[in-house]
Amino acid sequence: MKFAVLVFPGSNCDIDCYKAVEETTGEPVDYVWHTATDLSEYDCILVPGGFSYGDYLRCGAIARFAPVMAEVAKAAEQGKYVLGICNGFQILTEAGLLPGALRRNTSMKFICQDSKLQVVNHTTPFTSEYAAGEEITIPIAHGEGNYYCDEATLERLKANNQIVFRYSHNPNGSTDDIAGICNERGNVVGMMPHPERAVSSILGSEDGKRMFTSILTAWRDQYGAATVG
Amino acid sequence: MAQQLWAKEPTAEQIAEQQIYKQMGVSDSEYELICGFLGRKPNYTEIGVFSVMWSEHCAYKNSKPLLRRFPTSGPRVLMGPGEGAGIVDIGDNQAVVFKIESHNHPSAVEPYQGAATGVGGIIRDIFSMGARPVAILNSLRFGKLESDRVKYLFENVVSGIAGYGNCIGIPTVGGEVMFDDSYDGNPLVNAMCVGIIDHDKIQRGVAKGVGNPVFYVGPPTDRDGIHGATFASEELTEESEAKRTAVQVGDPFMEKLVMEACLELINSGIVLGIQDMGAAGLTCSSAEMASKAGNGLELYLDQVPQREQGMTPYEMMLSESQERMLFVVEPQHEAQAQEIFDRWGVICAKVGKVTDDGRLKLFHHGEVVGDMPVTALVDECPVYYKTSAVPAYYEQNAGINTLRYEEVTDLGAALKKVLGSPNVASKAWVYNQYDHMVRTSTAVRPGSDAAVVTIHGTRKGLAMTTDCNGRFVYLDPEVGGQIAVSEAARNIVCSGAEPLAITDNLNFGSPEKPDIFWQMEKAVDGMAEACRTLSTPVIGGNVSLYNENAQGAIYPTPVVGMVGLVHDIDHITTQAFKQEGDVIILLGETKAELGGSEFQSVVHGVTEGRPPQIDLDVEKKLLSSVLEAIQAGLVQSAHDLSEGGLAVALAESCISGGLGAQVNVVTDLRSDIALFSESQSRILLSAAPDKAAQLQEMLVNNGVPAAVLGKVQGTDLVVNVNGQRAVSESVNELKRVWEDAIPCLMN
Repeated sequence: MKFAVLVFPGSNCDIDCYKAVEETTGEPVDYVWHTATDLSEYDCILVPGGFSYGDYLRCGAIARFAPVMAEVAKAAEQGKYVLGICNGFQILTEAGLLPGALRRNTSMKFICQDSKLQVVNHTTPFTSEYAAGEEITIPIAHGEGNYYCDEATLERLKANNQIVFRYSHNPNGSTDDIAGICNERGNVVGMMPHPERAVSSILGSEDGKRMFTSILTAWRDQYGAATVG
Repeated sequence: MAQQLWAKEPTAEQIAEQQIYKQMGVSDSEYELICGFLGRKPNYTEIGVFSVMWSEHCAYKNSKPLLRRFPTSGPRVLMGPGEGAGIVDIGDNQAVVFKIESHNHPSAVEPYQGAATGVGGIIRDIFSMGARPVAILNSLRFGKLESDRVKYLFENVVSGIAGYGNCIGIPTVGGEVMFDDSYDGNPLVNAMCVGIIDHDKIQRGVAKGVGNPVFYVGPPTDRDGIHGATFASEELTEESEAKRTAVQVGDPFMEKLVMEACLELINSGIVLGIQDMGAAGLTCSSAEMASKAGNGLELYLDQVPQREQGMTPYEMMLSESQERMLFVVEPQHEAQAQEIFDRWGVICAKVGKVTDDGRLKLFHHGEVVGDMPVTALVDECPVYYKTSAVPAYYEQNAGINTLRYEEVTDLGAALKKVLGSPNVASKAWVYNQYDHMVRTSTAVRPGSDAAVVTIHGTRKGLAMTTDCNGRFVYLDPEVGGQIAVSEAARNIVCSGAEPLAITDNLNFGSPEKPDIFWQMEKAVDGMAEACRTLSTPVIGGNVSLYNENAQGAIYPTPVVGMVGLVHDIDHITTQAFKQEGDVIILLGETKAELGGSEFQSVVHGVTEGRPPQIDLDVEKKLLSSVLEAIQAGLVQSAHDLSEGGLAVALAESCISGGLGAQVNVVTDLRSDIALFSESQSRILLSAAPDKAAQLQEMLVNNGVPAAVLGKVQGTDLVVNVNGQRAVSESVNELKRVWEDAIPCLMN
């Protein structure tokens, strides 16, 4: 299996994502520049956190026009795994790959702290190694993580089991305590918390590890162990 | 157009006749010297260039004689003061690069941008050495957290630090914040950055190789921050508000791109010299690079990228526009360098050439608009030996008995009062606004004695802290200086690391006042002695003088930024109690020392007398013993006793561990003094029951006083003094008081 970590000008969790993939899955991973026009060799695309293009207009609003984003849409369409973390989540909503938007935290302040999450949907390729309803600890670090969608969208998210994580203690005002969602098909996930920051006990939590290993397991299940190697 | 604007500049004759140089902070005698070096009267551009190069901020003209008293070398020091930042060897061909710098005056008038650009500037100092920045710290001082103005400054300084550091993706892992009236109107904003580098990648800011091209990197120059260095070298007055234009505006996104591109350029191995444009912008970087190589430099100002039309040479040379760098490569590497910056979308323009005539020559519109000897700019600024006099307050304090206060008997209430003081209370309101986890190497987050970041690919880590108790330095600058270094070292050791070296930020009032110069002199002597004894040389730093407001000078605040080496991540230790049943041991001696303590300030409302005394040899023995014990795996938690003394240290270890404690303090002192004295060289340890005896034996053999106080137990903090109940409070309640204090004041 092969992972891509996208790099936009201003991405700053790209190295952390790269290391997390390496350390948790042992699978090959490449940094892929925002100008890339071919993602065909990758099975999973990580859109990392940071401040793409300085987040000067609106988080993710400029990044969605980067050449690589057309390829990300294509990959999502093909059923490949796409995971957007923090700024990556914001980019995926701006690109229309996930519904809703991320607004300023209600405190109007950046918040960096551990956060407890409930795994609401443990049937996605990203969460299969968690138990249903399991409470996990994964840090957040954002100024604009307040998830918003309209009533109708929220009803659809609930009906299709698209809410992947909820905050146990809502830190930012998110609608329905939403911390992460997936698309209808379940192969695109966006989340504000940073699983790549929770992959070893020395960092405070190992609960993020299973997101990465779930992806590998899902891929092996789909393509068969024979192709592993 | 440009010609017209330029024509409005005063002529060399007018500058002399109207003494226009004085508005730029140049004295009559300095002006005479400059005329001598030039062999004529300087024009407007030249006097501007001299005035910033000869400001205290760039030339250290009032502090140089004192800075020479610091020890600056040691077996691990690879680079001492003089370059962008100092460098210390940490083994395996790696080194740690760090420096602290102030942005006090800009933050006083424009707190968000002042603080943000302070962070941006110190980060550039680190990556211009070739190092990858891995952590940011800060040290902040404000007036009492009561007035709207102080709250505004506090809120926006924190927000500015967060805005810059979070965006660029370097974790802000530690720091300190103190509130005291003496900083009212003149807050202190000191930022420190730590980086990691391979030995063979170390860069210097030198303009090497006659004929080589000089490149400008970063956003176009505008009229930002003209005379920032001069502004930083005078007292703040009511007119300072009008000098807001001397405050620069930061763009962390741009700095991220410049940083990545410069590190890529450095890694390509083609750079001969590189330096950031900090204070005094293009002037200082070009003159210093030429000076260090013993060369000259020509700058073609028409080639300097400009954001505004009609900029004059004076404006271009003095602008402090942010996120800019200057570098030199050989001509055959020009295209390779240009390609790197193009890919990162960063402007890179050839603006000059290295020459052999030792002169800084400026060309504009085909004319020479400035021609100055480089050595005169960099090395010939006069050094002043200021008059020093013992202040009256210091003499008066000698006679004050700090034990005369009536005994406080409700010690639970006193503890809550001290825990709820913004100086002691939880700073989570501050550090939760900083991304302190990005780069996934933060092993000890803000809030413990020192932060620890791991070094990827090794089992090592770096511990880091900033410290200074300005009250102690005020009451006795020499002892206070010793304490600042010792406390930093104690924090480093408590986190499981060996102290390596320090960077310092000397924040003082006006050196023109003999009392203030005396404070500077004594504080430096105290720090220097502690650095020698504890083997932590000074590898760089910054001086910020003229920190005064209408009431007078700030407390002398020589902030110490210290870095230590964690030899193995298994040694990492925090202040939190870990396990029910662990034995609590107090190291060191508690004396009746309330002068300058938090208890004295909060409970008795004064800061007076003499501060606690310190014996540096005792400190050294304590530190080496505790480090030995931690490395031997005998210690569960370690916490330095500082503001609030034993009572606060116990409470903090309980709160951060979420556990209670049952202790009995045996003492000859009055209970309130025993619990709140801030005697130095004390550390609170906890150890597993099966290791406590071995730990105690090791300490006793090393001659360190160690008293078993009790054990980690239950959910309450219960403190007896000589068997009498003194404090009995639920840890949850103490935590509430400690956590809510700052948020309550800010909401």
